[in-house]
Amino acid sequence: MLEGILIGLQTALSLQNLLLVVAGCLIGTFIGMLPGLGPMSIIAIMIPVAISMGDPSAALILLAGVYYGAIFGGSTSSILLNAPGVAGTVASSFDGYPMAQQGKAGKALTIAAIASFAGGTIGAILLMIFAPMLSSVALLFHSAEYFALMIVGLSAIAAFAGRGQVTKALLMTVLGLIMATVGEGALFNLPRFTMGIMDLQSGFGFITLAMAMFALPEAVFLVLKPKNLGDDGGEIKDLRITRAEARAIAPVIGRQSIQGFFIGVLPGAGATIASFLGYAVERNLAPKHEQDEFGKGSIKGLAAPETANNAACTGSFVPLLTLGIPGSGTTAILLGALIALNVTPGPRLMIDEPQIFWAVIMSMFIGNLVLLILNLPLIPYIAKLLAIPRNYLIPFIMFFTLMGAYIGQNNATELLLLVGFGICGLALKFASYPLPPLLIGFILGGMMEDNFSRSMQLYGGMSFIWERPMTLGLLIIAVSLVFLPGLRALLARSKGV
Amino acid sequence: MKTMKMGRRALIAATVATLGLGTPAFADGHQILDDIHFLIPGGAGGGWDGTARGTGEALTESGLIGSASFENMSGGGGGTAIGYLIENAESLEGTLMVNSTPIVIRSLTGVFPHNFRDLTLVSGTIGDYAAIVVGKDSPINTMEEFLAVYDADPSGTPIGGGSVPGGMDHLVAAMVMEASGRDALGVNYIPYDAGGTAMAALLSGEIAALSTGFSEAVDLSNAGEVKIIGVTSSDRVDAAPEAMTMMEQGIDTTFVNWRGFFGAPGLSDEKVAAYQSAIEAMYETPEWETVRARNGWVNIHNSGDDFRVFLEEQETVIGELMTKLGFL
Repeated sequence: MLEGILIGLQTALSLQNLLLVVAGCLIGTFIGMLPGLGPMSIIAIMIPVAISMGDPSAALILLAGVYYGAIFGGSTSSILLNAPGVAGTVASSFDGYPMAQQGKAGKALTIAAIASFAGGTIGAILLMIFAPMLSSVALLFHSAEYFALMIVGLSAIAAFAGRGQVTKALLMTVLGLIMATVGEGALFNLPRFTMGIMDLQSGFGFITLAMAMFALPEAVFLVLKPKNLGDDGGEIKDLRITRAEARAIAPVIGRQSIQGFFIGVLPGAGATIASFLGYAVERNLAPKHEQDEFGKGSIKGLAAPETANNAACTGSFVPLLTLGIPGSGTTAILLGALIALNVTPGPRLMIDEPQIFWAVIMSMFIGNLVLLILNLPLIPYIAKLLAIPRNYLIPFIMFFTLMGAYIGQNNATELLLLVGFGICGLALKFASYPLPPLLIGFILGGMMEDNFSRSMQLYGGMSFIWERPMTLGLLIIAVSLVFLPGLRALLARSKGV
Repeated sequence: MKTMKMGRRALIAATVATLGLGTPAFADGHQILDDIHFLIPGGAGGGWDGTARGTGEALTESGLIGSASFENMSGGGGGTAIGYLIENAESLEGTLMVNSTPIVIRSLTGVFPHNFRDLTLVSGTIGDYAAIVVGKDSPINTMEEFLAVYDADPSGTPIGGGSVPGGMDHLVAAMVMEASGRDALGVNYIPYDAGGTAMAALLSGEIAALSTGFSEAVDLSNAGEVKIIGVTSSDRVDAAPEAMTMMEQGIDTTFVNWRGFFGAPGLSDEKVAAYQSAIEAMYETPEWETVRARNGWVNIHNSGDDFRVFLEEQETVIGELMTKLGFL
C-alpha cells in the first residue's frame, strides 16, 4: 500500500497535475455556484478537455478538482442565497442560510469549507484502506432497504415541526410527496397527473421547485427587511470560529464523515440521502436546547450535511472502482470518461493498473486540500455578496433563479412553473408553513416510490417489511426518530407532575 | 431508454454545450457542409448525448463538416425536442436530432403525439445489440440453464432492466422468453431507473438476470463482474467473441437498438442529400473508427428509404409484442 501511495503521490504532485487540480477547483467552484449547473453537468462539460489530455491520471486529477469545487460552489449559493442548485446541498441551506441572515455568512462558509474538507479527506482515507472490502457492503442493500433508508431520511422534517408546527410540517411533506408523483415515474410507462402537458412528462424539475420554494420567496422577503444585511458592520466577512464552536462541531464532523461515507458506498443512496440522514441523526443526538436551534442557524445543522455529502461523494467511488458500477449520475459520467481513456474500472483495476487507482485516491486528497487553501482566502469576498445594496441584490437573485431553472431544461415552461410555484411558496411562507419539508418530500418521494413498488413486485406484497430484518430495523429507527422526542417530552411532563 | 431518466437531474446548458468541440477544421477539398447543429433530446452523459457528440467529433475532425454545435433539450423523455423540431421546422434547416428505438416505442404507446413519419428521416448510423447477463457467481452459464431455473419458479426468477415496463429492456426480455416458447407475460420484470442501479441489483442477488445493452454488458464482462449468457445479434460480435448469440442457443430472435439522425419536417432534398453524404463518407474515416471503437458501437448504416423500411419493420415487430404484453 505504501508503495502505491508513493506512486500516486508522485503522479499527482507533478507541476502539470498540480496546476490542473488548481484550475479544476476554481472552475468547479465558480460554475458550481450557478444553480442548474451541478457537479454532473460541469464534469460533463469538462470531459472532452480531460479526455483530450490522453493521460488517464491527469484527466482524473482535473476532474477530481472540478468535482470537489462544484460541490463547494453549490453549497455557497445554498448558504448565501438559499438557492440550492443540486439536491445534495438542500440540507446545507436549512441552517446555512439562517446563519447568513444573522450576519454570519463568513462563518457559515468557513464551516462549510472545513466540513467539506474533513468529509472528503476522511472519506478518502476510508476509501484507501477499505475499498476492496467494501464492495460487499455496496451490495448489502436491496430495494426494500433503500425504501426504509429513505423513510429514515424523511424524518429530517422533524426539525421543522416545532411547537404548533407539527401539522403544518406534515402537510408540507405530504404535498412534496404528492408533487413527486407527477410525470412519468421510473417504473411506469404512463404519465401521471400531467394533464396532457408534454413538459410535465418528466415531472417537475428539482431546480425549478427549489428556486421557487427557497430562493424566490426569500428574495421577496428581503424587500420587507428594514435594512441591508451589510449595514450591521463587517461581521459577515468574519471567518473566525470560536474554540467552543470548534469543539461542538468536531464530533459531528467525525460521525458524519463515517456515516456519510457508508451511505455513499450504497449505489442506490448517495449524497442527497446522506445529507438528509446526517441532518436528522445529528439533530436527534444534540442536547434538547440545541435541537430547537436546528433550522434556525445551528452550526451543527450546517456541519452535518456538509460533511455527509462530501463523504458520500467519496464513498460513491467504492462501487465505481471496485465493481465498475456507477452509484450516481456523476460517477456514471466519470465511468464513461474512464472507459474512453481505456481504463476499465472493476475488481481488476487495483491489480492491473494500480497507478490509476492510487492516482484517483491521491487526487482526492490533493483536490480537497487545494480547495480548502484556495477558498479560505476567497470567503470574505464571496460573503461580501450579501453586502450588496438590496436594490441590486434582489434583481440579481431573481435573475439567478430564473436562469437556474431555465438552463436546467432549456425549456421556457420551467420559467412559468417557477413564477407560479414562487407565488405559492410566498403565500405559504406568509402563512408560516415551513417550506423545507415540501422539498424533502419531493426529493425523496420519487426514489421512495420506486424502491417500494420494486419490493412489492419482488415479494408479491408487503411481506418484505417483516421478512427482511434490516428493512424492519431501519423502519423502527425511522419511527423512533419521529416519535421519541414526543415521548421524551411526555415522560418529562409526567415526572414533573 | 436510460437516457430518458436524466431529466430530473441537473443538466447541461446549451450556452456552454458548444465548448466541447470548438475546433473548426480547415475547409479542405472534401468538406461537405459548413456546420451541423445537433439537437439532443436528453441530458449530458446519456446514450443520445454520446452518439451526437461522437458523430460531431468524427465529422469535424475528419474535415467533412466545418464545425459542430450541440444543444441538450431534455423533457418528456425526448418528446419536448421532437415537438420543438416540428414547431420550428422552418428555422431549423441546419439542425439534426439524434434518436433511437424509444421514438418507435413511445410513439406506439401514444406518449408522443408524433412519430418518426412527422420528421425527415436522414440516416440510421449505429446500433447496439441487447444482451441477457447474470452475475459472475451465478451457477447459470447459458440460456438453457437460465430457462431451467426460470421454469422451476417463473415469478421467483425476476429479470431486471434499466427501462420502464414496456420499455426497451423489458421488450427484449419478453422477446427472448417468447422466442424460447415461454409466455412473455409470465416474465417478472423489475424496472430500475438507471443501468448502474440495475447492475447493482443483479450483483446483490435481488434479480436473477439483467436485460441490458450489449456494449454496457461487454464493459462489465471485461471487468469480470458479469457473464453474458445470450446476445441478440445474428452472429457473434467481435467485441466479445466468447458470448453466445440467442440464435445459436436455439432461441430464434434478434434485436438491435439503432441510433440515427432526423431532420425537421419539410427539409429540402439537397440538404437531406448533403447530410446523408456527409454521414456516409464518415464511415470511411479513421476518426470515426476511433470514436466507434471507443464506444463499442456497431455500424448499422441505413440511409433515407432504407431507414424508413427499417423503422416500419421495427414498428410492426415491437407493436405486435407490445400488444401481446398488454401495453397497447
